[in-house]
Amino acid sequence: MLRKLLMLAIPAAVIAAGIGLWVTAPSTVEAARFEALSGDAARGETVFTASGCASCHTVKGSEDKLVLAGGQAFASDFGTFYAPNISSHPEEGIGGWSQIAFANAVLRGVSPEGQHYYPAFPYTSYVRMTDADLVDLWAYMQTLPADATPSKPHDVGFPFNIRRSVGGWKFLFMDDGFVTEADSELERGRYLVEALAHCAECHTPRNALGALDTARWMAGAPNPSGQGTIPPLTPDKLDWSADDIAYYLETGFTPEYDSAGGHMAAVIDNFSKLGPEDRAAVAAYVKALPAP
Amino acid sequence: MKTFIALAAATATVLGTAAYAQDFKMPVQARQGQFAVLAINLGILGGMARGATEYDAEAAQAAADSIVAVTMINQGPLWPEGSDSMSIDGTRAEPAIWENLPDVLSKFGDLTMAAQELQAVAGTGQEAIGPALGKLGGTCKACHDNYRTPE
Repeated sequence: MLRKLLMLAIPAAVIAAGIGLWVTAPSTVEAARFEALSGDAARGETVFTASGCASCHTVKGSEDKLVLAGGQAFASDFGTFYAPNISSHPEEGIGGWSQIAFANAVLRGVSPEGQHYYPAFPYTSYVRMTDADLVDLWAYMQTLPADATPSKPHDVGFPFNIRRSVGGWKFLFMDDGFVTEADSELERGRYLVEALAHCAECHTPRNALGALDTARWMAGAPNPSGQGTIPPLTPDKLDWSADDIAYYLETGFTPEYDSAGGHMAAVIDNFSKLGPEDRAAVAAYVKALPAP
Repeated sequence: MKTFIALAAATATVLGTAAYAQDFKMPVQARQGQFAVLAINLGILGGMARGATEYDAEAAQAAADSIVAVTMINQGPLWPEGSDSMSIDGTRAEPAIWENLPDVLSKFGDLTMAAQELQAVAGTGQEAIGPALGKLGGTCKACHDNYRTPE
């Protein structure tokens, strides 16, 4: 009952906060920030793969992982979100965007029209992306094929359909700092996990408002699809060796030689294309996670 | 009287479901068993590929042969209509399998081909196993991606 009350009270509070205008106004990156940088499409391909863009933005079951036509459905407690078309199509995709518009979308969750995106788009992780990776990613995505499929509107009810309230949510929960401490050896793994590959979006439980509970970082969570659970990665639960983890990310084979399924199969597709040093970096990060 | 009818109906439903699930016990066990045979043999080859166990040409060949043998099993009788994860307990087979049978069969064909490629190289040396195994793993994932319910 208390939980139910909280579920109602907290959104109401957020909407109230939404009336505090400055809190909810979409914030954008400074235009000058990327001016001196020029993107390298070849490097951008690695960023694209590590960030898992194709896993959500291709048509479900599609063999061609470079046609980013959108349409996959993501169920949540707040409604169903549909991944939009982010192909290079000038009208239906993002082909007509500028680099700064792309930066605002990925790093701030703000559309070219100045509207908040819902955090189903993991900009709360991408906010930690380096400027160099951002411009490389943009350079690469412009080389991908165009697709004319229109984006499907999200199916989100009141009060979550008030986009401005997402501004309050961001004010409360969006943080561009990393979650865990890392020395130089763990830095690459932390960057891959916490920024690009956005692993925590599924592996960390969420609070009543759908924000990641960083106190239970990577402690496992219900599957947002409603079926089953996403396994914990913390050392109290996951006893795989670093080699086991790296091999799993390369091949999808668990130490018992079961093979990855569901959305993780798509994640393995991406990690298998990265270099062995990146898989080892992720494995080292996972092994260094604190118990919750 | 009303209560009696409701109870009778409920009992019949429960019994009906139990009998229904019972019909699928054998095929579900059989299909899960064949995947367990795959996993055991993949484990033998994976251990050698990763250098965790010493390469043994004969054992590697036997493992690859066993994997091929599994792919030769006629799958039809193991996947009767209604034995999906929405209809019965104890399976993670998505209903989508039965909605996309040609795609599922083509993906099983990919597994068969990858198994045969593995069979051709497994006895030739340790370094040949990893890539062939990786390819085979890709065909496992291709199916699990859409057709297996998450744990």
